[in-house]
Amino acid sequence: METFVPPVPSRINYLNAQYGLKSWLLTKDHKRIALLYLGSISVFFLIGGLYAMFIRLELLTPQADLLQSTTYNKVFTQHGIIMVFFFLIPSIPATLGNFLIPMMIGAKDLAFPRINLLSWYIYMLGGIVTIYALLAGGVDTGWTFYTPFSTTFSNSYVVATGLGIFINGFSSILTGLNFIVTIHTMRAPGMTWFRLPLFIWSHYATSLIMILGTPVIAITILLLAFERLAHIGIFDPAVGGDPILFQHLFWFYSHPAVYIMVLPGMGVISELIANFSRKNIFGYSFVAFSSLAIAVFGFLVWGHHLFVAGQSLYAGMIFSFLSFAVAIPSAIKVFNWTATLYKASISYDTPMLYALGFIGLFTIGGMTGLFVAALATDVHLSDTYFVVAHFHYIMVGGTLLAYLGGLHYWWPKISGRMYPEGWGRFAALIIFVGFHLTFMPQFILGYMGMPRRYHVYPPEFQVLHVLSTAGASILGVGLLIPLVYLIWSMRYGKIAEGNPWHLPGLEWRTQSPPPTENFEYTPIVTWEAYEFAPPEEMQVVGKFRNEVVERS
Amino acid sequence: MQTSWVPFVPPSASTLSGKVDALYFYLSGVTIFFTLLISGVLIFFVIKYRRRTPYEIPRPIAGSHKLETLWSVIPFIIAMSMFAWGAQLFFENSRPPKNAVEIYVVGKQWMWKIQHSTGQREINELHVPMGRKIKLIMTTEDVIHDFFIPAFRIKTDVIPGRYTTQWFEATKPGRYYLFCAEYCGMNHSGMIGSVVVMDPTEFDSWLGGNASQQSPAVAGQQLFETLGCISCHGAKGEGGRGPALAGVFDRQVFLSNGQNIKADEAYIRESIVNPQAKLVSGFGPIMPTFQGQVSEEQLMQILAFIKSLQIQTPGAATSGAPPATASPATRPESGGR
Amino acid sequence: MAESYAVEHEASHPGLQHHFANMEQQREAGTLGMWVFLVTEIMFFGGMFLAYTLYRSKYPEAFAVASNHLDIKLGAVNTAVLILSSLTMAMAVFSTQIGRLRAQVVYLALTIVLGLVFLGIKAVEYHEKYVDHLIPGTLIPGNPFNPHLELPTGVSMRHVEMFYWIYFAMTGMHAVHMVIGIGIMSVLLYFAAKGRFSPEYHSPVEVSGLYWHFVDIVWIFLFPLLYLLGRHLGGHAG
Repeated sequence: METFVPPVPSRINYLNAQYGLKSWLLTKDHKRIALLYLGSISVFFLIGGLYAMFIRLELLTPQADLLQSTTYNKVFTQHGIIMVFFFLIPSIPATLGNFLIPMMIGAKDLAFPRINLLSWYIYMLGGIVTIYALLAGGVDTGWTFYTPFSTTFSNSYVVATGLGIFINGFSSILTGLNFIVTIHTMRAPGMTWFRLPLFIWSHYATSLIMILGTPVIAITILLLAFERLAHIGIFDPAVGGDPILFQHLFWFYSHPAVYIMVLPGMGVISELIANFSRKNIFGYSFVAFSSLAIAVFGFLVWGHHLFVAGQSLYAGMIFSFLSFAVAIPSAIKVFNWTATLYKASISYDTPMLYALGFIGLFTIGGMTGLFVAALATDVHLSDTYFVVAHFHYIMVGGTLLAYLGGLHYWWPKISGRMYPEGWGRFAALIIFVGFHLTFMPQFILGYMGMPRRYHVYPPEFQVLHVLSTAGASILGVGLLIPLVYLIWSMRYGKIAEGNPWHLPGLEWRTQSPPPTENFEYTPIVTWEAYEFAPPEEMQVVGKFRNEVVERS
Repeated sequence: MQTSWVPFVPPSASTLSGKVDALYFYLSGVTIFFTLLISGVLIFFVIKYRRRTPYEIPRPIAGSHKLETLWSVIPFIIAMSMFAWGAQLFFENSRPPKNAVEIYVVGKQWMWKIQHSTGQREINELHVPMGRKIKLIMTTEDVIHDFFIPAFRIKTDVIPGRYTTQWFEATKPGRYYLFCAEYCGMNHSGMIGSVVVMDPTEFDSWLGGNASQQSPAVAGQQLFETLGCISCHGAKGEGGRGPALAGVFDRQVFLSNGQNIKADEAYIRESIVNPQAKLVSGFGPIMPTFQGQVSEEQLMQILAFIKSLQIQTPGAATSGAPPATASPATRPESGGR
Repeated sequence: MAESYAVEHEASHPGLQHHFANMEQQREAGTLGMWVFLVTEIMFFGGMFLAYTLYRSKYPEAFAVASNHLDIKLGAVNTAVLILSSLTMAMAVFSTQIGRLRAQVVYLALTIVLGLVFLGIKAVEYHEKYVDHLIPGTLIPGNPFNPHLELPTGVSMRHVEMFYWIYFAMTGMHAVHMVIGIGIMSVLLYFAAKGRFSPEYHSPVEVSGLYWHFVDIVWIFLFPLLYLLGRHLGGHAG
């Protein structure tokens, strides 16, 4: 087979089309907005990570020796708030989703570019308000804000933090709205629903959850603020209110929220598995529909957070049953991804390593969810480190790995440069090892009875905590490595061609980095999703079609 | 503290522990199996089907309905087995047995206050006899806490304004951890206590040795007088302007709104702090509320007293009298006693 | 693998945004966007409706007593005003669609006026509550919740106050949405007066109409739930 010589890209792309701060802060280009998000999300991730470091350092010893009690309580609360609301929920949709959705469907931009920019400003406003609250003194209620502690007993900045989260919620809603309308109305000619990449299906399902669930947390926070500021009494039993009402309202959003966090990650994994094994995803329509099933069922299981909270026995039974049901679509995805690799052509590039890591870690995380979905074991495990380990396996082992894998995969498209492959694989390995060492001991700690949100604990738990902290240090180092080399590569990385991985997706059929309008001409799609072909048949659309230009 | 001979598992000290552990081992086994299976298959495929030439394209395989059905149905069946086992164990353990020994627990920031029905009080420690069914009646004075005994595999939140209950039967003497498992503020980690399981005879002598304390029922009787309850309910709960309370506990009560409910702990507590919420049929809404005038512990003492009130001997109740005065509130059809 | 072709960009209407292929797509996207947004609004108001439903079922007499002190006459007038404003809004959209641009401007202006009438009546009602010391908690410093209400035995003032919390939260949130709606209508009026909209390009008017109708529908639920409780028990107005 002859060597394929790719066309030379144009000098003009979305990064250099305009210069100056104003061209970035007032941009309507979804790709620039994605980069704005990438920067701010990374900053919040570092802040949340810093809090995590303090948690693990304090937990090295059974006594309270590093931090005072209230300080520790603020640290774990703020770790949760920053990571959930300002990192995990926006991460993949606002960076990769924003950048890729129009490109993958052959559109020039999202349906509402100005609303997209507004989303980012709202995110920043919410973030600034929250950071202000943290700096002014912080909040110590746990990210779950249970009443009556948060309404009547906590002496911390509950309302200010709540305001920051409230504002941030609108960013989520508008992003979801934008995605839904874009996917429905702006697909290129020939791009039917079942030719869409599975990344789009996942983001569509995620957007459904965003628009339906987020308003509920908004009203919950408002009611919490009114209760705290004006003692209206809806959560206060002394005047006839009900503290458990808060828990129902809170978890009605916050459980679907975890699907907001994981579904986009699953979409990324579908892309990575298919494209790095050069094979269509096995059971495409099953994977597509399972995303929708997860979105729907995800709204029906919130009561599994209330099994020991005074919920009725029968409600508990129903929620337990539904919680098992919601696991099935995820299992189907794992099996389909694995089956895709059968008789495939698998490369060991960094994104694929992240994808494989995801499948393993998500399997463990998902299956440990079954332990807490089962009523009798949940009674023992609720509010222990088992739950902490379970959700970190999914959110870090799942979402974070998918985010990193996706960033690496699409890095040449986003920046026009390749990341250093050797460092990429090395970091992936460190992260995988560090992650396991951090969180596997926590399953054991949980069954042994170590409760959550404790910084003083019985001495026989110390060995496991030390292992966990050691793992966290390794994980932390591993996560810093891509930060360094990705930034480095923006200046010194190898220049990437338009389609460096030789893939059929529409986002690859234009130069890297793309021009502002994404494509020179509107593509007309006549091929199925993941239909691989020799590189010369998968050229960029438009100007470079049928031209192979000599490289100088 | 005792440790279990099985690694990674807390001591098994109740009749429930072994059953929960069995389910846990089943879940662990299935998890480990599928993790190894998927990882193994992944590693195998990734090595066997690695890319050999740069632009090779493997033959596409669309899918297989048979396989999809297989790996939907089998996981579903396994999931249902886990659900059923967990639900059945949960259900069987949810109802405290009728003859259980009752112990009152009040959580507060940041300690547990415990009182046995003989009056013995404890702070952050719970002494219980082995081999007897123990029912905990619990509430909190301030925020939500959670009474967690890992060795017994039980926990339940304690909620302000309500009673929650859980029960256990300890099987092995020893000292076991008691944790608060719902974040409650500054010293949440400081609410660590112990459950001390004793031989029944040792326990009885321990309890007897502290008999100088008043039992909750006696304390409750004193409150019943000082708060003025006797003026409407009678000194022995025989009733008057208010419904009779003798023998009311755990019986059906007919309400003014037509509903028929069971007079459990929650109902009695509610009727003291919010009397108009569930009015007994045939009585006017004249009872004042005692919200704010009695602490949670005092409410438990009054509750203990009311539970101790027995129905008077048959001669005392006048069968021809209107239901409003002498007999416990019953459905009108059943008539007097 | 088939070749991919390319499509030239059509000659465009001045109202066409650059990222849309044609006016049809733009209109479709705008309409779907507004519907999706309204779904989020339903979820938002839904939380408050849930709290209302819960506490009403717990304290029916207290809620009935509290509801009887709302001014049913003003509430009914407001309901009629809003329904009328939805009619004028629909007429504005229709006028644009058939090219009657003068009528469009008139109807938009009428809608705004009716919206302002609604808010004015609301202000009168709120003032009445202020005078009667029915504003819950200590929202108004110096005028705490302290109405001279005859409570039937068994009804707690705290539960009456809870009704008023829910009343002010829901009607307040509704009023905020009315204010936003009037703002949107004013912008539309400005552009309509300049002749911006036409039968070929009327989707902003249509989409804003959807929003206005939604706010109206929320009120149609709020009115009976808040004002008409227990009227059959012989309550007195205000």
